[in-house]
Amino acid sequence: MPPAIVVTDLHKSYGKTRALRGVTFEVAEGEVFGLLGPNGAGKTTTVEILEGYRTRDSGSATVLGHDPGVAPKALRERIGVVLQQSDLSPLLTVRETHELFAGYYAQPRDVDEVIALVGLEDKRGARVKTLSGGQKRRLDLGIALVGNPDLVFLDEPTTGFDPAARRAAWDMILALRSLGTTILLTTHYLDEAQQLADRVAVLRHGEIVRQGAPAELIGDSGLTEIRYRRNGEIVTVETADPTRVLNELTSAALSDGEHLAELEVRRPTLEDVYLELVEDESE
Amino acid sequence: MRAIAHQLRFEQKVFWRSREAAVFIFIFPLLLYALLGSVYGDEIDGIPAVDILLAGLFGYGAANTAFAGLAIILVGRRESGVLKRLRATPLAPATYLGAVLLSTLMTFALQSVALLVLGGLGFDASMPENWLGFAGAIVLGVACFAGLGVGAASLIRSAEGVSAVVNVVVLPMAFLSGAFGPTSDFPAVLQAIASVLPLTYFIDIVNGVYLDGASLFADPAALAIVLAWGAAGVLIALRRFGWMPRER
Repeated sequence: MPPAIVVTDLHKSYGKTRALRGVTFEVAEGEVFGLLGPNGAGKTTTVEILEGYRTRDSGSATVLGHDPGVAPKALRERIGVVLQQSDLSPLLTVRETHELFAGYYAQPRDVDEVIALVGLEDKRGARVKTLSGGQKRRLDLGIALVGNPDLVFLDEPTTGFDPAARRAAWDMILALRSLGTTILLTTHYLDEAQQLADRVAVLRHGEIVRQGAPAELIGDSGLTEIRYRRNGEIVTVETADPTRVLNELTSAALSDGEHLAELEVRRPTLEDVYLELVEDESE
Repeated sequence: MRAIAHQLRFEQKVFWRSREAAVFIFIFPLLLYALLGSVYGDEIDGIPAVDILLAGLFGYGAANTAFAGLAIILVGRRESGVLKRLRATPLAPATYLGAVLLSTLMTFALQSVALLVLGGLGFDASMPENWLGFAGAIVLGVACFAGLGVGAASLIRSAEGVSAVVNVVVLPMAFLSGAFGPTSDFPAVLQAIASVLPLTYFIDIVNGVYLDGASLFADPAALAIVLAWGAAGVLIALRRFGWMPRER
């Protein structure tokens, strides 16, 4: 199967600001791909070029076999988008909004099925203006799915969610993946990428500084952190061989009759790797 | 066709559910007719005042519904990202705009009927001498002022300012064009300004079909001026209209 998205050496400038400086990646069919990076790194610019909203200055991009710069109807039939910010008519109900968008597609999903999938059954007859922020976001997801897309773009889908709503959104996205839908996700939340993405790319200043499966990225860094408190001070040891270090540490403590307060062994998370990747330059 | 009908159904639903739109766009011309019809004397230049005012407020209604209403709707939807979201769907821009224009036409046609009913039952105003011409004037008014409305929407940047801007245009224009009563006593300067405004010529055409039973095409010069204004709006829209919020 050809990849769902192929991006090669993508460049984009806004005036003098070089938003993208040679971005290259591929997203396989059925994959959940996460684009990570600080604000202004170029995540939304990349996604909006692939959605057909912005033109690229140079480089090539293929989405489901089409050039998104042309954004033919055939492509728009097969993609669903959740924009970072967009409004829907506040005066239509949840069900009507789904019906309205379903009418734009040749082979839409069943409206009530989609409403159930995004967990808005109780709000079916409620007008959009009465929904909470989290419910509106679920409505955004619902109308992105109602056209039965093969590829879904999610630009920061859970920003502003409380923890429970985020968990629910993650379950939805995982359910979507199990249906075989390809997903391109941008996010600020590293735990979100770690939970959802098969592979991630970290963007910084318009360039991809690292990409791979979250486990690979973490594996690359390889160090395990051991922390404990001694004489009121926190001691941190980073090691590539935690078994040996921990053994030495604890046997020494036992033979000295010492108590290692607050002992903690931590594998690095994607967040640690990410911070390392995006931070270094500012120091 | 099915796609236009689908969009049109929801456009109308949204319009009638919006109390601000329904009051400001639909009720306001009727309210002004009732007020002015009650205060003006029996006759103006030998013609019943309620008839003159009916033609005038029909003209004001066209400008208010198609120009002001459409500009407010489009700028609001563009700036809030509604249009941006639509662009990612297979819905063709022409289908969308077609449905929005048809929805405007439907609203104005209903308003015109309401105006005739109010005039006929409430003020004993005349009914159109040329019904077909009157119906044609409804379409002509929407064509001209919707063209200007889409053009204005392309130039106005902020959703907060759009109501103010369009009303600063529509209300003085209606006043100068004689929508609210005769302008024959106006100073020459104001009459000169009125002589280039599309609403002046539109109201002339309406007077012709409504009172004299003239053909819609009786005054080709007036018709050409009205259509030229609409075409100018469309030209601006073709050059400047955007679907994205003006965030950058």
